[in-house]
Amino acid sequence: MAADLFQSPDYFNVDDLLTDEHKLVRDTTRAFVKKEVSPIIEDFAQRAEFPKQLIKGLGEIGAFGPFVPQEYGGSGLDYISYGLMMQELERGDSGIRSTASVQGSLVMFPIFTFGSEAQKKKYLPKLASGEWMGCFGLTEPDHGSNPNGMITNFKDKGDHVILNGAKMWISNAPFADIAVVWAKNEQGEVHGLIVERGMKGFTTPETHNKWSLRASATGELVFDNVKVPKENILPGVKGLKGPLNCLNSARFGIAWGVVGAAMDCYDSALRYSKQRIQFGKPIAAFQLTQKKLAEMITEITKAQLLCWRLGVLRNEHRATPQQISMAKRNNVNMAIQIAREARQIHGAMGITGEYPIMRHSMNLESVITYEGTHDIHLLITGYDVTGISAFE
Amino acid sequence: MKFLVCISQVPDTTTKITFTPDKKAFNAQGVQFIINPYDEIALTRALELKEALGGTVTVINVGQTNTEPNLRKALAIGADDAIRVNAEPTDAYFVAFQIAEVAKKNSYDIILTGKESIDYNGGQVPTMLGEFLGLPSVSVATKLDVNGSVATLEREIDGGKEILEAKLPFVAGAQKGMAEPRIPNMRGIMTARTKPLAVVEPAACEMLSSSAQFDLPAAKGECKMIDPNNVGELVNLLHTEAKVI
Repeated sequence: MAADLFQSPDYFNVDDLLTDEHKLVRDTTRAFVKKEVSPIIEDFAQRAEFPKQLIKGLGEIGAFGPFVPQEYGGSGLDYISYGLMMQELERGDSGIRSTASVQGSLVMFPIFTFGSEAQKKKYLPKLASGEWMGCFGLTEPDHGSNPNGMITNFKDKGDHVILNGAKMWISNAPFADIAVVWAKNEQGEVHGLIVERGMKGFTTPETHNKWSLRASATGELVFDNVKVPKENILPGVKGLKGPLNCLNSARFGIAWGVVGAAMDCYDSALRYSKQRIQFGKPIAAFQLTQKKLAEMITEITKAQLLCWRLGVLRNEHRATPQQISMAKRNNVNMAIQIAREARQIHGAMGITGEYPIMRHSMNLESVITYEGTHDIHLLITGYDVTGISAFE
Repeated sequence: MKFLVCISQVPDTTTKITFTPDKKAFNAQGVQFIINPYDEIALTRALELKEALGGTVTVINVGQTNTEPNLRKALAIGADDAIRVNAEPTDAYFVAFQIAEVAKKNSYDIILTGKESIDYNGGQVPTMLGEFLGLPSVSVATKLDVNGSVATLEREIDGGKEILEAKLPFVAGAQKGMAEPRIPNMRGIMTARTKPLAVVEPAACEMLSSSAQFDLPAAKGECKMIDPNNVGELVNLLHTEAKVI
């Protein structure tokens, strides 16, 4: 890939709404991405390999669970900082952001929020440093948008439980040291269990042949009579509100993250359009190109403002799951449209690995589906404004 | 061991440079400022030596309140405390004088600066500091090691390198190669919140110079493409038009 010349668009001076500390968090993550991610990401995506060597650096800068307090190995940052970090990581690649999202929001968040003191002390510092990587098991082969139908279950055997079932489309699964798995007990209640690699009967086959998130490892979690000690059950929650709370945190990060992907596509398209000469002038001089660029920056600006407001609400513990749904849905759709338009501005060059456009475009096809599909988020908003559920 | 690292802030390297209409000042409107990259190298080497030998690293800046985010960044990277001399840094003499005034009150073992700032490129502060403080001063150092009370420094010279020894305390200006700048981490950013940042008022100082006018370089001329087989035309143009041969 060509040199990373990214310059962040800020049409409405949204930076003025951020503190100096927020800007330092963002610029630090941006510097990390320019130095460590941009030079290698295209190659790893082309080869469909996760760049494992980034884990150490991500842990060192504090990209895993930055909102977790320092006593558990996190940094104790606020949610706007978390959002800005996700934005910058996804500006590099959605797969790298996904790895950090899963580790922070789907593994560290539930252990911090629902875990016992012993679980927090055992797992969180090692997860924050990247020494241990985690994954999150909710989706099953036959239960995606309807997680309540899950069949993964565990049976009480005194000091331990026996876990059976399978999870699918699990980011980080192939190399994860632990998995936070949601399963039903004999009474049909959903609980979270921490399953560790090496437990007999627990395997994580990798999912191959993806055309999206190629620089991220995806797999299955298979539980064949896995003996899990009872102290590995998260004591603080039962029912679907456990995993749904985690998804709120992750979806919040996605709403910010995809703005990064959109900004990268826009920035590349703007630069290319000013350099590419056709009919004796830069293609940026043509009205149809300007229409695309003007609409892109308009949508990016709206998404930036939506994120900032959502971040303020989440910092004040007032962001509702429905607001997060709206932001995730709107921003992912915005990013995917911008990636497609940017691809057109780049002409044939847009399909090559010289530019990040096609990679972002393909990545966003996953992002628009995972953590609640585009349609399900629409129905969440529909339910919220009418009071009538359309998906039950 | 007490380190003092001088930090100036400079326009981000991607900034489009413009001047005020009267051409007397740089137009800072909308410009993002960063830590001068050579100062960041100096800071990193100071932190590496502190980690190896123990001690404290203080960063100092002569500037207005708008330099504080970059001082906080230096604290996030690992400096222990910061001092801001509350004044507009008008010229190298003024800046070096103010830093020297602070340094005289605290006995620093090693004072590091960048070899120059990448905005005005004066490169005078390290040597002036040495003069004000009566200390050895090594400009444009690519390497710095400390052994007891003696430091070994390297400088690039035409066709080779020069290895110098200097007794502590001394002043040095850092060049590329002395250290690889560090990216701060989130924990450091949080810790920087509570690290001390002292603001001191400037000492009376004579003004020796001021900028009279700034001009941008002339715009690049149009590029002429010559057929590679037509060397004669190329030579002719270089001789008669470009007048370089």
